[in-house]
Amino acid sequence: MVAALGSEPGGTLHPEPLEQGRTTSMTTTQPAAGVTRTTGAAARTIALTKVFGAGDARVVALDDVTLELADREFTAIMGPSGSGKSTLMHCAAALDDATSGQIYLGDTELTALGDRQLTLLRRDRIGFVFQAFNLVPTLTAEENIRLPLAIAGRKPEPEWFDEVIDTLDLRSRLRHRPSELSGGQQQRVACARALLSRPAIVFADEPTGNLDSSASAEVLGFLRHSVDEFGQTVVMVTHDPVAAAYTDRVVFLGDGRIVGELRNPTAESVLETMKGV
Amino acid sequence: MLRSTWKNLLARKLRLVLSAFAIVLGVAFVAGSFIFTDTLSRSFDEIVEGTVGDVIVRPEDAANNNGFNQDTRAVPATVVEQLAVLPGVARADGNISAFGVYVVGADGEVVGGTGPPGIGLNYNEAPSAGEGIGLTLADGREPQAAGEVALDAATAERAGYDVGDQVSVVTSGAEPSVTAELVGTMEFGDGGSLAGASLTIFDTTTAQRLFLDGKDVFTDVWVTAADDVTQRELRERVFAALPDGFEAVTGDSAADESADDFTQAISFISTFLLIFAGVSLVVGSFLIVNTFSILVAQRTREMALLRALGASRRQVTRSVLAEATVVGLVGSTLGLALGFALALGLKLVFAIFGLDLGDAGLVFAPRTAIAAYAVGMVVTLVAAYVPARRASRIAPMVALRDDVAMPESSMRRRLVVGALMITAGAAALGAGLFVLGDGEEWAVGIGILLILLGVSATSPTLGRPVVGAVGLVYRRVFGAVGRLAEQNAVRNPRRTAATASALMIGLALVSMMSVLGQSAKASVDATVKEQFVADYVVSNTIGMPFSPEVSNRIEQLPGVQTVARFRYADGEVEGSRSFVGAVEPGALVEALEVDMVEGAASDLRGRTVLVADDRADEAGWAVGDEVTVELSKGPRAYEIVGLFEFSPAVGTSYVVSLPALREAGVAPADSYAYVVREPGAEPATVKSAVEDVVADLPTVSVKDQAEFAAEQRAPIDTMLLIIYALLGLAVIIAVLGIVNTLALSVIERTREVGLLRAVGLSRRQLRTMVRLEAIVIALLGATLGVVLGTLFGVALMLSLADDGISTIAVPAGQLAAFVAVAGLVGVLAAVFPARRAARLDVLRAITTE
Repeated sequence: MVAALGSEPGGTLHPEPLEQGRTTSMTTTQPAAGVTRTTGAAARTIALTKVFGAGDARVVALDDVTLELADREFTAIMGPSGSGKSTLMHCAAALDDATSGQIYLGDTELTALGDRQLTLLRRDRIGFVFQAFNLVPTLTAEENIRLPLAIAGRKPEPEWFDEVIDTLDLRSRLRHRPSELSGGQQQRVACARALLSRPAIVFADEPTGNLDSSASAEVLGFLRHSVDEFGQTVVMVTHDPVAAAYTDRVVFLGDGRIVGELRNPTAESVLETMKGV
Repeated sequence: MLRSTWKNLLARKLRLVLSAFAIVLGVAFVAGSFIFTDTLSRSFDEIVEGTVGDVIVRPEDAANNNGFNQDTRAVPATVVEQLAVLPGVARADGNISAFGVYVVGADGEVVGGTGPPGIGLNYNEAPSAGEGIGLTLADGREPQAAGEVALDAATAERAGYDVGDQVSVVTSGAEPSVTAELVGTMEFGDGGSLAGASLTIFDTTTAQRLFLDGKDVFTDVWVTAADDVTQRELRERVFAALPDGFEAVTGDSAADESADDFTQAISFISTFLLIFAGVSLVVGSFLIVNTFSILVAQRTREMALLRALGASRRQVTRSVLAEATVVGLVGSTLGLALGFALALGLKLVFAIFGLDLGDAGLVFAPRTAIAAYAVGMVVTLVAAYVPARRASRIAPMVALRDDVAMPESSMRRRLVVGALMITAGAAALGAGLFVLGDGEEWAVGIGILLILLGVSATSPTLGRPVVGAVGLVYRRVFGAVGRLAEQNAVRNPRRTAATASALMIGLALVSMMSVLGQSAKASVDATVKEQFVADYVVSNTIGMPFSPEVSNRIEQLPGVQTVARFRYADGEVEGSRSFVGAVEPGALVEALEVDMVEGAASDLRGRTVLVADDRADEAGWAVGDEVTVELSKGPRAYEIVGLFEFSPAVGTSYVVSLPALREAGVAPADSYAYVVREPGAEPATVKSAVEDVVADLPTVSVKDQAEFAAEQRAPIDTMLLIIYALLGLAVIIAVLGIVNTLALSVIERTREVGLLRAVGLSRRQLRTMVRLEAIVIALLGATLGVVLGTLFGVALMLSLADDGISTIAVPAGQLAAFVAVAGLVGVLAAVFPARRAARLDVLRAITTE
């Protein structure tokens, strides 16, 4: 209710940087790695609060979180269990609604949208990689990859499809059902699905949580690659410092608040920061 | 967590209720048929008690009449006088009774109609057996002279007559219609039910004039015992005093005779209901197998854990069967209650059609309860046994594994077993239809059942083309959503097949009946067209014969060339019960164009008989042989003088001449009169002249070919409608099965649904997906059912080809409509599961364990 009241019709509250960011993302195609980029926000939260339950069972999962997720950046969200990192991702990914505050995807305010619009938003502008159970078991790998586009009644550009498939080395697996794929292969299929529709942002929820280290490295390497080479924006929830080291920026959450941030992290610096907060 | 547990429990409860519903319906049919027929018997027993004297004197073998033939023989009044003065006899009263006497109501409609008899009686004060009282006045006075009648009170009320009104009565006696003043209303015994029979009471002289050619004779005599004389003693004394040609029976045995006849007459009702009980139980058992398979599958991990903790296989089986026992008990109890309601409903329906069973309550015999519970429990436990055994085969290791899979029976074994069942079923069906004789119809039923079960066992394989074809359309039309729906339907082929099989059985029977009905109607049309060469037929609309005077009058009309009368009598030929027809010899050929295979119809005179050629073949008779035909006056030998080709227009395998029937003691009353115009006569004039003759006889109508065909088709349609309605219940059970399976699928695939919604499947698309899955299942069941039903129907029709129903008609449009309706039914079945799926919270669904 509060969230709905807080949203202004017509989106007149757009701050300047957002507009700028959008323009940048439209015109820039191949940013060079390592170069300091002008980054706008692919997604933002403003004073986002999420409360579960009521009375004695009341839990504040997110407490006044204001965060910008930069365009074409690989961001990790970290924090101990119950810190609210998954809730933050679910809210930003249009899977859960806010108790109060605002959520923007680009210049679209999510808290003002109904289920139908949120569904379209997820279909067309968001990509997902979950920890497990990413794929529809009755469909082949290729059908799973094409699923969001097929639901929308669209077809992928063939070159883009080939590029994604080859980058992920899935060409020989396209006809297989998920049950015939290894865990790492399944997650790569999920990554391909997330990227194929060229979403504004990809959300990955512990994408390597169920994988061994070499499969993890493959998946994380690909996510890194997609940011660097394809200009994709990726947000990943993880509790693994090694995984976090693949990102550009780590946001630390504790008790529903942002408690720290790290740029160009390494596994060591992440561990260090985690001890500190 | 607690909330989801509670939700699962509710969901399971719903599923149990759905499967119990099948048991409820089946048991209700069983219980309802027992309760209703018991009630019917009791009310008949009550009637019979009031309608016999202590000892009844009647012409010999009069019991053979079975209430259909009007006996020409009678007991002279002198015999009554002799009996009255015998020692031990309190009194003797001559009774006159005649069938086919109906009251025409104030609205011009016949009261009663098809079914309950209309009886004409004379008035006397004879008491009925024991302490009973015979006819008693309810209002007014008894009829004393010509021009006066009394009616039973219920009939007078239904007809809308009060004492003092002019009443119009139609009879099959000397005068086709009688108008008289209603002087009184009467009741039988102490006002008990007459089961819809209507009584018209005349004074004795008038009754003798109308029904006994005006002679001073009676149909039978009630002899009433003086005090301290038993029925048996009285019978001895009366019999000793009787002249030859008469018999004396005690009231008790006369009552038994009537009750036996009645029980036989109503046995078809219970057979009919029990067949539908069987159908709904078979269909229902599919639902139960599925439900328990699903429950077991859902709790695989729990059961594996039990096994890991040391529970034996038997204990696991027993835990599942315990649940089935509860379902069976609850289902049987509810079924019993519903059976009561069903019997009550039937009683009401019968009352509406004039068969009033009185105010007494329903009869509930202990047997009814025992049968209801036995049937309910056995079906449930047998159906639950398969999944229960499968549950016991779950390996304890499964508890520790991530992916949970149920042990499945091998598809190959299913195919082999199914193929064997189909083969055995086809053999039984073929034998029942073409090899075995009458009374072996069970082979047909067993054959059909085996084929249905066999096809349902193999339907995961047999149904593949259907699912494939539907899937192709789905992908074309619905794209990704169609593909998902198709994949969901084939994901668990056994479950899909079992769900579809329930629908298949219902639709197979519906389609079979549809083919039979269509063929029967087409045969009627063909027969009428081929054999009805007369211009009009005069017949009784309520299936009772009418006064011969009608034909006499029509014969006199200008423009009428011939009137060919058809009469039927209930008799025995060589010891087996059969109708015997009687015609004017020329009429058989002239009015009905019956083909003579051997001999000539004109040879039919004296004690001779024409026999249908197929019957003669079967019995090994040839022209010149003698057969024993027993009609009112007892067995006599008749010489076969010709063989005719059987035709439904003749309707019986034996035909004698009209004088021969009369000579055998059957009073003249016509069932049909075929009227042939003089060449050149104006059709409209003749028809209206004939119609004038029967104008004041609402029971008799005049029809031309088309009208006659329509009238003959009408009962087929009525019959079909009743059968469709009852089979509709089986279809409802099947639809519940679809609801059940889909609801479960949605629960099982909660995470998948969450994933689909997360990557952008809209609620509407999700609902479409579930709906499409339901339609595949429904179409699969419907297609298999319609194909099988058509095959069954054609097979049955082929076996009937010898009985004159030679036209096989497959109502293709109707069958296609069945499949289409099944698709719609699928949409309906999906409403609840689809809504449930669409309501799932995306986030919660993804994170479900």
